[in-house]
Amino acid sequence: MNIFDFVIQYWPRLLAGTGMTVAQFFLAAVLGVAIALLMGLMKLSSNKLLRGSAVTYIEIFRGTSLLVQLYWIFFVLPLFGLSIDKFTAGYVAVGMNIGAYGAELVRGGILSVPKGQWEAALAINMSPAQRMRRIILPQALVNMLPPWGNLMIELLKGTALVSLISVADLMFETKQINGSTFLSAQAFGAALIIYYVLARFMVTPFMRWLEAYMARKMGRA
Amino acid sequence: MELSGENTPMVSFRKVRKSYGALTVLDDLDLDINAGEMVSIIGPSGSGKTTVLRMLMTLEQINSGVIYVDGKPLTHMPKSGKLVPASERHLRSRRADIGMCFQHFNLFPHMTALENCMEGPVQVLGLPKAEARDRSEKLLELVGMIAKKDQHPSRLSGGQQQRVAIARALAMRPKVMLFDEVTSALDPEVIGEVTNVIRGLVSEHNLTMLMVTHQMGFARDISDRVCFFYGGKIEEQGHPSELFGNPQRERTQQFLSAVREAV
Repeated sequence: MNIFDFVIQYWPRLLAGTGMTVAQFFLAAVLGVAIALLMGLMKLSSNKLLRGSAVTYIEIFRGTSLLVQLYWIFFVLPLFGLSIDKFTAGYVAVGMNIGAYGAELVRGGILSVPKGQWEAALAINMSPAQRMRRIILPQALVNMLPPWGNLMIELLKGTALVSLISVADLMFETKQINGSTFLSAQAFGAALIIYYVLARFMVTPFMRWLEAYMARKMGRA
Repeated sequence: MELSGENTPMVSFRKVRKSYGALTVLDDLDLDINAGEMVSIIGPSGSGKTTVLRMLMTLEQINSGVIYVDGKPLTHMPKSGKLVPASERHLRSRRADIGMCFQHFNLFPHMTALENCMEGPVQVLGLPKAEARDRSEKLLELVGMIAKKDQHPSRLSGGQQQRVAIARALAMRPKVMLFDEVTSALDPEVIGEVTNVIRGLVSEHNLTMLMVTHQMGFARDISDRVCFFYGGKIEEQGHPSELFGNPQRERTQQFLSAVREAV
């Protein structure tokens, strides 16, 4: 069976899996960006407790395997009385992991904004929170968009791990089809192509568009 | 606690000391600036002149002494009969009297010229947008930048950016304006467009101004008083015609002749 016949025969399951992968990606991305922002800001805080918490978080989630983190959230947390369904456990694990990497990007982006911008914002008497929100973060965001593009592709590929806790994503469906048909080349070939198409023709163009949009907002286009 | 009396200076440095580790930048500075006065600060680099402005803008903390603005302490606040170092809240309330323009303009690059000017009035003063826009457009008109109000800073020349920066500072209606080497980063041919704006402010507005500059001719033209800084102290000060025409101190003479030779 060639790959086209394979796809024609199994497209409903491949499509369902792809939909689940996109959902996991999207939710993990939203959570990851939120965590990255929070942890990045906390790491720059002058408060030792906040800074220490952020450093600890980043160390744990960057320093250990994403798969182990996923198993912890899905299999170990219930032992402490915190049960999470597999769909939620999937994107939470991936989002928390990517958030730790993103925190460093946020921190670096903020530090890349010239000191004069802080001073000018202070000179018009803005509060520290206004300075960060209105002046520094928008500029930091522009500076950190290109590395975020890479991170988003890592995130998409990372979602394949949720199949190991039986979330019915693209990888899970592919393995199921392979298990019942033994059409390994076709099944994993199709998955390979779909992941590539998602990354290359959806994530990357969206990030490029976002970069161009932000550049226009900065009057650089 | 407060300075009072009929002739209360607008700005008053009282025994202000600033050091970075072992390096003393300003040594027991005493300097009064009267309301409506235009004071220029000149001197060799490293003499502490920019630090004077930065301390007044509260960009730098002082090590000892007190700075008063409009008779009220800026760097300190009264607490149970004593002056204690100011809280962020106190600084925010007192800082409103002061505006500053920087050597490198520091316009917000993600905002147009008009948005740069409106940002403070809307976000800090809480003005309605229409009123802030009106105020900002008038000021952009004043600095000759109204035609470029919808441009981002990246599309403006240095002289144009600096004029927008002056409008942005004025939009907050400060009592004291600080100009920190505002022409130093400009190409020679556009220096005039910025100095002309400042000249206009001197003649038409009752602002108190403190300016650090390397433009000796400009300082001589528009200042009520010129202070020559050397080694963290005011070496000599006086009316520009006296300080430039007949300097008394040897260091002033040396500095001025070195500057003249360079021109």
